[in-house]
Amino acid sequence: MTDLPLTGRARPDRTPHSLAEWRALGGYDAVERAFTIPPAQVLDAVDAAALNGRGGAGFPAARKWRFMPAPETSPGPRYLIVNGDEMEPGAFKDRFLLEALPHQVIEGALIAAHATHATEIIVLIRDDYRAAIAGLTRAIAEAQAAGYLNAMTMRVHPSAGRYIVGEETALIAALEGGRAMPRKRPPFPAQSGLWGRPTTVNNVETISLIPHILANGAQWFRALSHTEEGGTKLYGVSGRVRAPGLFEAAMGTTARELIDRAGGVSGSGRLLCFQPGGGASAFLGPEHLDVPMDFGHMAKAGAMLGTGTLIVLDDTACPVEVTARHMAFYARESCGWCVPCREGLPWAARILRALEDGSAQPEDLAALRDIAAEASPRGRSFCDLMGGAMAPLASLLARFPDLIDAHLHRGCPLKGAG
Amino acid sequence: MTLPPVLQAQLRDLVAHEGNPRAAMLESLRLVQAAEGWVSDDRIPQIAAELGVTPAELDATASFYSLIFRRPVGRTVILLCDGASCGLNGADAIRDALMSRLGIGYGQTTPDGRFTLINSACVGGCDRAPAAVIGPDRTLVGPLTADTLNAVLEEAP
Ligand SMILES: Cc1cc2nc3c(=O)[nH]c(=O)nc-3n(C[C@H](O)[C@H](O)[C@H](O)COP(=O)(O)O)c2cc1C
Ligand code: FES
Repeated sequence: MTDLPLTGRARPDRTPHSLAEWRALGGYDAVERAFTIPPAQVLDAVDAAALNGRGGAGFPAARKWRFMPAPETSPGPRYLIVNGDEMEPGAFKDRFLLEALPHQVIEGALIAAHATHATEIIVLIRDDYRAAIAGLTRAIAEAQAAGYLNAMTMRVHPSAGRYIVGEETALIAALEGGRAMPRKRPPFPAQSGLWGRPTTVNNVETISLIPHILANGAQWFRALSHTEEGGTKLYGVSGRVRAPGLFEAAMGTTARELIDRAGGVSGSGRLLCFQPGGGASAFLGPEHLDVPMDFGHMAKAGAMLGTGTLIVLDDTACPVEVTARHMAFYARESCGWCVPCREGLPWAARILRALEDGSAQPEDLAALRDIAAEASPRGRSFCDLMGGAMAPLASLLARFPDLIDAHLHRGCPLKGAG
Repeated sequence: MTLPPVLQAQLRDLVAHEGNPRAAMLESLRLVQAAEGWVSDDRIPQIAAELGVTPAELDATASFYSLIFRRPVGRTVILLCDGASCGLNGADAIRDALMSRLGIGYGQTTPDGRFTLINSACVGGCDRAPAAVIGPDRTLVGPLTADTLNAVLEEAP
């Protein structure tokens, strides 16, 4: 037992373990144990562990698994999809888990598949993570040869770009071979997922945590956390910090502690703001440094934990510029299905660039507000891409009105600083 | 030009293995791209015929994914991150240096066919910002400086 269950066994250079090496470290013990326990009891253990999904929304893993219909009522294939698309700006955690610890992913997936009566496991990995694709493919072959997969099939599906692929319904469309267009829920994937069959989609980090719950128990897992949400979290810190990196820490660790572990704020050394969970999370300020970083507390603070990978800005960095970059990204990655996202995001990106250049007009600010209001749930965008994209924009408008005004006519007052 | 027999055989294997020809569409494009560097317009109906799907269906997939290249690319593709953490750590200066050194902009290939430069979403290397992924193995490089950039370019085939 360790207080770093997720990363404690990883090698610093990220070389993955062979099956024999992994076995020597206790690998697959949890899988063997789980297979002797009825699925319902595995589910109860995960429920008692208070594991919230690490893909961004923090949805309780056990509750999602319980949406899967009983196999008797819906005989036929059922799927577990592990989401390794990881294209959120500022996120680099799943890359690590996939590259350094492929057998941990397999263990977690096998246990999750057992609990949900899945018959096939598919791990979607973004195309740029070639080492992860190769390493996991190799590890699956080893596990299969050693008999750990039993009757289960497990395979890797390399993707080919586009952020929207990470959205679970778009991901399912991608696996069916076509364009990765999202669709409305309900029906949720548990009712009608891949090929219309019951499907569970979980993030790589969520899945990687599962074996440890089975190995050490739900109470132990909850005790790892500082808050009501169980486990450790693989946080990341990047942007304006001296020693950016990944840090596994108790769920609910504060931004102050994480930024300290990343060597402190670089540039001026003075924190202006940070995004707690990647590009699609709102800007928080120094007053939030001591808020526990879990899903509940981040939501209460007006942001979201998201991917738990912080983007840090010192006071010589310009949040308008950072938001302009984010908007250009989300605009480019929109699937183009709905008008607010297809039209609104490029427009927002253009206005923010114009603010930086000094060519924006006062009425452009009203347009930015209008665009932000078009995002669901209150507005009319189709999926959650635009809602996420608007989080930094809306918080930029709310938090930095003076800085934005200072951009009008003159352009970015911070350009060249830092 | 017809599909080389090796590719034909690979595509047949893929369909046999996948069961459903539609589900094999993206992987078939990846196979052809791995062999030829990109997926030409001529290849679309040929691959579709191997798979037993319509060219329209395959084109719908081929035109959706940004990393299925529909124009020839250089021997080394550089996907330079334009994400926020890289932006906060000097990515624009690296972009400018790269463009002036190679004499090309985003989406272009050097006349000698050696490099293609493409801007990319966050490449999942924010702890190594400014970062890029380079070459057929999509090797992560960073933090990029004038010096490391030179070394990376010189090592490329
Ligand atoms: C535009 C968009 C992109 C997403 N990208 C990812 C991703 O790359 N990885 C991921 O795990 N979840 C991503 N999600 C969330 C997934 O839809 C899904 O909620 C998640 O994979 C569920 O995992 P979890 O329950 O284990 O948290 C994305 C959502 C949206 C709206
Ligand atoms: S922002 Fe460049 S690698 Fe993440």
